[in-house]
Amino acid sequence: MTTAKSTDLPVLLAVRKPEPSSSGGFRLSLWHGFVLAAALLLSVAAADAAAGPAVASIPATIWKWTPLIAQGFALNIAISFLAMAIGTVAGVPLGLAQISLLPPIRTSSWFVTQFFRNSPWLVLLFYCMLLLPFQIQIGGTTIPLPGWFKSTIGLSLPVMANVSELVRGAVLSIPYGQWEAAESLAYTRRQTLWHIILPQCVKRITPPWMNLYAILTTSTPLCAVVGVNEAMTLTGNILNAEGRTDLLIPMYLYLLTWFFLYCYPIARATLALETRFQVR
Amino acid sequence: MATWTPDQPLVEMRDVHKAFGALEVLKGISLNVMKREVICIIGPSGSGKSTLLRCVNALVPIDSGSILVEGQEVNDPRLDKLALRRKVGMVFQQYNLFPHRTALDNIMMAPIHVLKRDKAEVEEQARALIRKVRLEGKEQSYPGELSGGQQQRIAIARSLAMNPDIMLFDEVTAALDPETVKDVLLTIRQLTEEGMTCVIVTHEMGFAREVADRVYFTDRGILVEHGPPKEFFANPRDPRTRQFLDQIL
Repeated sequence: MTTAKSTDLPVLLAVRKPEPSSSGGFRLSLWHGFVLAAALLLSVAAADAAAGPAVASIPATIWKWTPLIAQGFALNIAISFLAMAIGTVAGVPLGLAQISLLPPIRTSSWFVTQFFRNSPWLVLLFYCMLLLPFQIQIGGTTIPLPGWFKSTIGLSLPVMANVSELVRGAVLSIPYGQWEAAESLAYTRRQTLWHIILPQCVKRITPPWMNLYAILTTSTPLCAVVGVNEAMTLTGNILNAEGRTDLLIPMYLYLLTWFFLYCYPIARATLALETRFQVR
Repeated sequence: MATWTPDQPLVEMRDVHKAFGALEVLKGISLNVMKREVICIIGPSGSGKSTLLRCVNALVPIDSGSILVEGQEVNDPRLDKLALRRKVGMVFQQYNLFPHRTALDNIMMAPIHVLKRDKAEVEEQARALIRKVRLEGKEQSYPGELSGGQQQRIAIARSLAMNPDIMLFDEVTAALDPETVKDVLLTIRQLTEEGMTCVIVTHEMGFAREVADRVYFTDRGILVEHGPPKEFFANPRDPRTRQFLDQIL
């Protein structure tokens, strides 16, 4: 065996610690918050200076409408919760179907996943609004389907497809030795998945799943386009009612701040979990 | 299958062929393992040793030939793989413990999930097995908290908990620190002394000489020669065996 003084074998070079991977691409940092707050203050000050004393000050106006915005924001959160729940419940079996041993199941679930993962969310939203009926009849009872519920379904479709890919990826990332060990202990495929593979996947999926939730939450204002009375729609209504152009920028920045305050802790928690899970 | 008796070979391989794509890994392997016998298989890397072991419990399907395990044909599409694997224990080079469960759980899982045995009874057996591999006090440790040698002994205990008729060892000390190799080999030797039928793929020549009833040398997919360890190591007949032994001894 020969030893080289300087080596070009990659394994012998110093290891660079990998950056924690951000599976969703963009991630919030505290800097975004500072920029946002500075922009809000600046726009409020500028608009105030331009408005003059005859009309109510910007902060006072914003404060006046805060309860209404809060009410709309609550709907955003409700939609995000529900869409995440539906998307996860549907996405996990879809992801497992993607690793099925039966080719028709594997291929069709792959197709469904790719279709919804690569469609614009807004287009899916429109499709759901237009295709779903405004009420459904089960037996003798008529159940109305309000707009916010239909758009929730629309948002849950891409969530489902993303969760499906998370599950498929996590299962495939478990070392093959785990399967071999389980097989040699006479586990069936189903038992192996349930007792050995999936419990190990939960840890791997949680951070990107939380990231997906944050992205979903920041996407709920899309529902404004299809006429759901969530925070974005209400902000538009408020601006119409006030009829003041100087309110435009501060008002939307104010809405942004709500989303930031909600999503930033999620981004932090995701990062913390990723770091913790990486150690093991 | 019903005709098998303990005086017949426990494993009987006849002209086993296996190829991965264009790569022929096994080119006509024939070997018998009697009950209570200890077989060691040595040979250079890539000579098909691990594949040979994996064929015995149907982890790897073979292309042609016949493998009988207790009279049951492994190369048969109607084979009950699960029934076969309950009889054949296997220990891997990389331990492959389940990292999300404690050492005790690792041992108890398969008897409970697969054999549907009573939990209390399994726990008693698992604790006895942990004592047997001399790891008392490590019951509640997770695999990540154990050294390689300790993990490998838990892996052996996990396999033994299924009460197999034969144990397959696939280079189980190859990934270990030298100082922990001894503990693992001690555990395996103890098993062989208790009469467990073992097929051991190993690079530990001293160990093979000590525990084996017969040593086989494989090279490029064929069994070159075999014999009782004293004879095998003292007077290897085939030049390839001689060359291999010269390199490593």
